[in-house]
Order: sequence, then C-alpha cells, then structure tokens
Amino acid sequence: MTKYIIRRLLYMIPVLLGVSLIIFVLFNVVSGDPTAVLLGKNATARQMADLREQLGLNKSLFLQYLDIVKSAFTFDFGYSWATKQEISQMIKQGAYPSLCLSIPAFVISTILSLLISVFVAYYRGKGIDLFVRVFCIAGMSISALAYILFFQWFFAYKLGWFEISGFEEGFPNFISYIALPAVIWIVLSIGPDVRFFRTVILDEIYQDYVRTARSKGLPEIKILLHHVLRNAMIPIITYVVIQIPSLILGALLLENFFSIPGLGGITLNALNSSDFPVMKAMAILSSVGYIIFGLISDILYTVADPRIKFK
Amino acid sequence: MKTNSLWKDAFIRLAKDKLALFSLVIVLVYFFIAILSSLGLIAADWSQEVGASNLAPSMEHFFGTDIFGRSVFLKVIRGTQVAMSVGVAASIIAIPIGVLLGALAGYFGGWIDDFVTWLYTTFSSVPNIMLLISITLILGKGIFAVYIALGATSWVTLCRLIRGEVMKHKEREYVQAAGAIGGGHFRKLFRHILPNVSHIIIINTSMQFQIAIKSEVILSYLGLGVQGEPSWGTMIDDAKLELVRGVWWQLAGATVAMFFILLAFNILSDALRDALDPKLKGK
Repeated sequence: MTKYIIRRLLYMIPVLLGVSLIIFVLFNVVSGDPTAVLLGKNATARQMADLREQLGLNKSLFLQYLDIVKSAFTFDFGYSWATKQEISQMIKQGAYPSLCLSIPAFVISTILSLLISVFVAYYRGKGIDLFVRVFCIAGMSISALAYILFFQWFFAYKLGWFEISGFEEGFPNFISYIALPAVIWIVLSIGPDVRFFRTVILDEIYQDYVRTARSKGLPEIKILLHHVLRNAMIPIITYVVIQIPSLILGALLLENFFSIPGLGGITLNALNSSDFPVMKAMAILSSVGYIIFGLISDILYTVADPRIKFK
Repeated sequence: MKTNSLWKDAFIRLAKDKLALFSLVIVLVYFFIAILSSLGLIAADWSQEVGASNLAPSMEHFFGTDIFGRSVFLKVIRGTQVAMSVGVAASIIAIPIGVLLGALAGYFGGWIDDFVTWLYTTFSSVPNIMLLISITLILGKGIFAVYIALGATSWVTLCRLIRGEVMKHKEREYVQAAGAIGGGHFRKLFRHILPNVSHIIIINTSMQFQIAIKSEVILSYLGLGVQGEPSWGTMIDDAKLELVRGVWWQLAGATVAMFFILLAFNILSDALRDALDPKLKGK
C-alpha cells in the first residue's frame, strides 16, 4: 500500500513535466512574438527588443521551459502583463470570491443529487424514476449559457430577487451575490450527478448480498441505506473527489456573467488581454489541482475497496 | 443455426428502440441541413436584411429578426452548419490519433504503453476548458483554431478506452489462432483485434460530438470561435444585451436548435452503448 502511494506520488513528476511542456509549447513556441501584440501596431523594433528583454523572452527556449517547470513547483508565476501585479497575489485575492461561490454550491448540489438518486433508486422503474431520468437528460441538453442568461434575466432582473451582478466581501454580505450563481451551478450539476449516482446504486441493487438481505426480511429502505449505499459510496466518493479541483477555477462562465472577481474572472480577463503569464499560471494551478485530487481519488478508491489489489 | 454479425445484431437491437431510431433521424436531419447550408443551397443569404430590426417571431419570420433586421431563423441554420462541422472536424482529428495510440499501447505494452499512458495522463491533467481557451487564443481566433483545440482534447478518452479494450483482446483465442497460422503483429492488431473493438469508436464519437457542440458554443460566446459568421454561441452572446429589452428570440432560437441535437445525441449514445456493448447494458 505505502509502496503504491509512493509510486503514484513519484509519477506526478513526469506528468507535471508533461503539463509544463504543453504550456511551454503553446505559449512560448507556437505563440510567436507577443511583444507585437502588447505594444500595438506602432511599436518600433527597438521597443520590441527592450520589452522582450524585460519579459525574459531572450532566454534560450530550454531556460524558458525550466522557468515554467519551476513555477509548477514553487507557485511563483511572476507578474501579469496587463495589470503588472504579482500573479500569486492576484490568485490569493481571487480565490476568496471563487470559493465563496463554489464550495457551498458544490456541497449542496452533491448532497441534493445523492438524496434524489436514493429516492429514485427506491422507486426504480416507477413513474417518478422515469420522470427524473427524462428530466435529467432534457436538462443536460440545454446550454449552460442559456440557463445562466435566463436565470439572471428572470430572477435577478425581472423579479429582482437577487443582485444582478457584483460581489462584496464578508460573511453575510456575499450571500445575496452568490445565491443566484450557486442555484444555477446546482441546476447545472444535478443532471449529470443524478444520472451517475443512480446508475451506481442500481448496479449494486441486483447483487447477491442484496437478495440475501431481502430474504432475511429487512425492509427495503434499510437495505438501500445500510447495504447498497455503503457499497455504492466507493465510486461516488471518487467521482466527487475528482471534481474538487474544478472548484479552484470556480465557474468560469458564472463568474463572468455575474462579475464575481474570482479566479474564473481573472482567467477570462487574461484571455481577453492576451495576458500570457496569467493564463499559464491558471493552467498550471488547475492542472496541479487535477493531478493531486486525481491521486487522492485513486488512493481513496483502493483504501475503500479491499478487493482491489495493487501490482 | 444462422447467426448475425455484431453489426447486424446491433442494428436489429437499435431498430427495436423507437426513441433511439427517432434520435438517429434527428441527427441525420441536422447533418442534412448542415450539408445543404455548407453547399450554399439554403441560408446563403442570411446576411440580407429581411425586415425591420428586432421583429418578434411571426408567421413571416419564424424566429424573428436580429438588430440588423436579419432573419434569426437563417442564422440558426448557419449556426447548425458551424456546430456540426466542429463535431465532424474534432472527430476526424481525434479518431486516428486516439485509435492508433490506444491500439499500439494496448497491444505492444512496454515502453510504448508507458509513453502513451504518460501522454494521455498529461493531456487529461490540464482542465479541458483551460486547454481549449489556450489553444484557440494561441492559434488565433476562428473556426480553424476551434477544430484543432477540440481535436486535441477529445482523442484522450478514446485512446484510453481503446487501449484497455485491446489489452483484453490480445490474449484471446482468436488472436492466438491468427498468430498460429502465421499472422504478424500488425495483421493481428489491425485485421483481427481492431474490428472487434471498433464499436467503442462509434459509442465514443457519439458522446464526443455533443461535447464538441457544447464547447463550440462556449468558445464562440467567449469570442474565440467563428468570426463574421453566425453561430449559436455568438447568438447567445448577442442575447446577453438584448434580453433586457425583451428581445428573447435569438436566445430561444439558438437554445432550441441546440436542445434537440444534444438530446438526440444523448439518447443515441445510450442506445448505441446498449446495442453494441451488451455487457454494459443498463450501466
């Protein structure tokens, strides 16, 4: 077991080198000379050369690659081209609004989806089960953009129940700003979540041990909660854990629509101003999150299920 | 006793499922519209003014008109062409890469497998949306960049699935038999194993297609997609400002068009999986 964890930890290194390589190839090799974009059309060759020097673009490609690798381990991403701020500082500031939105939304949507899944699994094959399934598939077929736009227009603008956009720090203050985006987040994730949880629960329901429990005379609801759910929890937990890093980026589109100054907003601003260092930083940061939580999810899976043998 | 081939069998099973058959028809209709539009046979004059600005939907203008008095209905059709072309282009890029890498890794194992596993682990470690916006930004905005970006992200799942399936198949008797009568590695892999795992390509393409459509809409909304052409994403972007003035038809047109194709692909993916991979039935 320890050996397996150590091996998986060591495997993070080549993957991080690979991620740095993708980012390097995109932003430092394919992108061409960014100084032309930064200085505009009327830049002189002299200005461009100075700026290249200043941005460290005169270094050899190998050294530029090493800089990216280094930032993946130290989280020191340098300075933004657009705002001239230190990027690690920008990330620290952006994390707060992002997490204010993403954590409550994620927790509520996961619990709600789980409750709905257990409920429809109990009534499997009945009308309500079919209804929820149709509802999930139909819901997943509507663009996220349409949900956001419609909810914002209807609930915030038309009915005036929520703030249309913006953000305020401090505990009770932010609630009126994040409430509507959080509701949209929940609506968006219930479809795929319920679909997955329901399948996992139904996979267990036809197992032999469930038949045994039933023949012992246990009531169905007890079987569902004590036996089925406990076994179904393994894939459910790994599914949930692997989604955690997406909380870092917040919800790119939601933050954009509701002008929440979080990490998603920072990323899209960087996109619009061709702010390469910030884009790189966000790509590295979110990838590191994916790698770490992917690892945790794998380890949890093997810890929770003793049937899985490691090579 | 006469037995049917896997494909015939699968088709019979699929044909029994009326809902799936109906979804297939919807998908074919969308393809038909997209082809007609790309040949310039319909909606070629989408940029023409057909009436006053921002007319509400009526019998004359099904989905109303936009701010320049252009028909929203024709824009939806042009958008269909863009969306379907993105799905097709992403598949054309992703399938050869995914199948080839996955098959080689699964069959040969060893360092090839190590390399391919590392490659797709690396690609799947960068969140899709980050990779998509980075690639389209770097390659320059436009539909071509969207093709490349979606191709570059959608081979990963296919590669992983093909690798796993080829691994399972390479020790089977029929492959050993092919080896015993003198078949080489490539003959075994491409003539014997690949046809037996090819159903995965179809199931996966059906799923990736809807991801491609959704992604194109988001990228176009962000201003990274098609330029100077209508797309469902840019229509939704327009609607962002129009909605407060009560102009809801661009949003409705794009959303409805997207809804039916995504719904059809959703149902079709499930049905294809049930029909082609009976072991997975119900999953």
